[in-house]
Amino acid sequence: MLKYVSKKFLSMLASLFVLASATFFLMKLIPGDPFLREKAIPEKIKESLYAMYGLDQPIWKQYLMYLNNLLHGDLGMSMKQQYMSVTRIIKDSFVYSAQIGVLAIIVSVAAGLILGIIAALNHRKLLDSLTIVVAVLGVSIPNFLAASALQYVFGLKLRLLDVSGLNDWTDYIMPVLALSFLPAAFIARLTRSTMLEVLSADYIKTARSKGLSGRIILVRHALRNAILPVVTYIGPMTANIITGSVVVEQIFGIGGIGKFFVQSITNRDYTLIMGLTLFYGIILMVARFLTDVAYGFVDPRIKLSRGKGAK
Amino acid sequence: MKKKTVFSYVTLLLVLTLVLAGCGNQNNNPANPNNSGNDGGSEGQEEARAFRLNLHSEPPSLDPALMEDNVSGTIATGIYEGLTRKDESGNTVEGMAESWEISEDGKTYTFKIRSDAKWSNGDPVTANDFEFAWKRALDPAIGSTYAYQFYYIAGAQDYNEGKTTNADAVGVKALDAQTLEVKLNSPTPYFLGLTSFYTYNPVHQSAKENAGWAADAATIIGNGPFKMGEWQHNTSIKLVPNENYYAKDQVKFTSVDFTMIADSATELANYETDQLDYTGKPTGEIPAEQIPVLAESKKDEFHQVGTASSYYYMFNMEKAPFNNVKVRKALAMAIDRQSIVEDITQAGELPAFGFVPPGIVGVKGDYRDEVKDDFFKEDVEEAKKLLAEGLEELGLSSFPEVKLTYNTNDSHKAIADAIVDMWKTNLGITVGTGNEEWAVFLENRTAMNYEIQRAGWGADYNDPMTYMDMFVTKGGQNNTGFASAEYDALIQKAYASSDQQERIDAMKEAEKILMDQLPILPIYYYSSVYMLKPGFENIYLDYKGDIEYTRGYYVAK
Repeated sequence: MLKYVSKKFLSMLASLFVLASATFFLMKLIPGDPFLREKAIPEKIKESLYAMYGLDQPIWKQYLMYLNNLLHGDLGMSMKQQYMSVTRIIKDSFVYSAQIGVLAIIVSVAAGLILGIIAALNHRKLLDSLTIVVAVLGVSIPNFLAASALQYVFGLKLRLLDVSGLNDWTDYIMPVLALSFLPAAFIARLTRSTMLEVLSADYIKTARSKGLSGRIILVRHALRNAILPVVTYIGPMTANIITGSVVVEQIFGIGGIGKFFVQSITNRDYTLIMGLTLFYGIILMVARFLTDVAYGFVDPRIKLSRGKGAK
Repeated sequence: MKKKTVFSYVTLLLVLTLVLAGCGNQNNNPANPNNSGNDGGSEGQEEARAFRLNLHSEPPSLDPALMEDNVSGTIATGIYEGLTRKDESGNTVEGMAESWEISEDGKTYTFKIRSDAKWSNGDPVTANDFEFAWKRALDPAIGSTYAYQFYYIAGAQDYNEGKTTNADAVGVKALDAQTLEVKLNSPTPYFLGLTSFYTYNPVHQSAKENAGWAADAATIIGNGPFKMGEWQHNTSIKLVPNENYYAKDQVKFTSVDFTMIADSATELANYETDQLDYTGKPTGEIPAEQIPVLAESKKDEFHQVGTASSYYYMFNMEKAPFNNVKVRKALAMAIDRQSIVEDITQAGELPAFGFVPPGIVGVKGDYRDEVKDDFFKEDVEEAKKLLAEGLEELGLSSFPEVKLTYNTNDSHKAIADAIVDMWKTNLGITVGTGNEEWAVFLENRTAMNYEIQRAGWGADYNDPMTYMDMFVTKGGQNNTGFASAEYDALIQKAYASSDQQERIDAMKEAEKILMDQLPILPIYYYSSVYMLKPGFENIYLDYKGDIEYTRGYYVAK
């Protein structure tokens, strides 16, 4: 297990280094710079701004400086928001994205699994068809449409919920639902199809013939196998959801991290672009790593080390 | 949600009690000039309450030296005050300065700072704070992109551009704690008005020790009617009354609450569900397609005011066919501006046939009233003739392939498509269109890598000069290749003179040259649309569309 983890960790570091380097040079290739204004800035001011952020140095030197700072955990100061460190911008905004994201993950997984199991157990019956309809709708409706529709109905027309903001717990309902539709529907379909496959497998028939109760078969044998593809999906889904949805956050006026992915590039806020890329990269890699480990727990057939599996 | 309703009833009750208890005092308060209108009948009582509006996004800076946008400026209006401020009719009135003297030659200003001027922490505001703030902004090391606002002051430009490192050479000096002397390069009739602009705000001396003082509510020391209450970055800002403000009696709102909602539909939904008291320009936006609907359905709350900004296209005069004035003129004459403002923008914009928008002061009244913008007319037949002549002069058999570029935006796109269509129908020429992301767009502008480019310009200060000096030969904003010695001479003449009539006459002549040569194609003068809940009074937009809310109040109907 330890060897597996350290191997994974080293490859993560290598990937991060490649990611940081590639982003750094690609970013410098975009035309424009952070201090381009409609009203031209005097040369001297531009020089001192460049010097302030080290942009007066040759690119290779900027690159080395950047890597050096990175090793010391310093992501630098934003070039747009005066005297705000990138670390702080990410920290302040990620709080909101993470809160909504984690809730959305819980809702998606719970709703997806339950719907999927219900559908599988009622194969070719009314409940199954209903679930399929819901799932198809969920997968095909983009989250911004769901968000706008929810806002219009519950916020503007029925006035049951505030149209935007995150001031009390009720404000979480709409953004979390909007974010959950798609992943929940996807998980429902995934669960349903694997459940159907598993339920017709020989070992389930054996379990049944042994006289085990329906619930034990379902939980101990069927679900355990059916959940595997779902676990695979949860990794990337987690990374996507908790790093924020630009559109959902914008519609509900939430100061999450999503908007910075676009804004930082529009502003040519070099330090923020780099900070966000690395942050997203790390989240994605950690999520995948955890998925791999989780696999070992759920499915002892997958061995993480020479030993007897993670169990 | 139920909890909320009960809570708001209780609050309302409390507020009512407080107001009833305090209204005797309030109505007798001579400091409030707005009471006279409300005393009369049973119309309503002033009610202490918060004012809620949308800021759209996080202010990039709240340091007067580093501010450069109207989101930051809107907060600055509340938390800072310059030597002067603007009243509800746009007049320059006393602010931190209780009086001032202007020398005979119009080049020396002596301001007397009021003795009861205080910072939000109780420290006195002195002339030294102004000297410190202005020199700080001019220090090239601080990297202020708006320092050019001080270039009217003697020695300011040299110091800012690093030609001298001696800050004492800058013509601003605190003679004593209460007296500030400012020496200008030339008589600048609009200088007094500039002292209410945010770059001119004072800065507390504590900024010396903490360069990042303006990034957090706790370290911001202001001197305005309000002070920072709470700043949740990227989410909201709450301003509360500043108890150290010299005219705190005039401040009625219990707080000013700004949300940062980027989506205009969400902003409107908040207004409609009473989460906001104000929606629209300058920092918010009403969705364009909703404007005609709301103008009808909410007549009492809907407001439309002219804003001193111009929307126009620039021609690249260094490239054929726009190196020919007849071609430029033909294109300018062959579009229907009325249809653009009526069918596309729909927010009450005015067709433009000049460069200086209405709202800018002339000799006595509005410059645009005194100098009519009838420099050219829309005339398709004449345009056709001019185009044919122009192309012949250039030795071209047909109109070359050119492109109209605009920065990515739905409205710019709709306007560009309509204009290109008008050219096609009226002149039979094909002009391509394309969008560019803002930074790329600006790079191409500076490099003059375009044929026709969309542009817009808002006033920096209330004088035609804020527009006219853009097009001097090789001027920093003149990215058209336009060069006219006669034009330059007129601008110099207006710069040097302290006689307003003479200045305006010179600028009128200059505008005539500009509209005769048409390096730019004027399209419309901007307007601002906003909605305000009934009961709110004394909230208004100034000539350039900035919001003034510090003396606002609420009267229950």
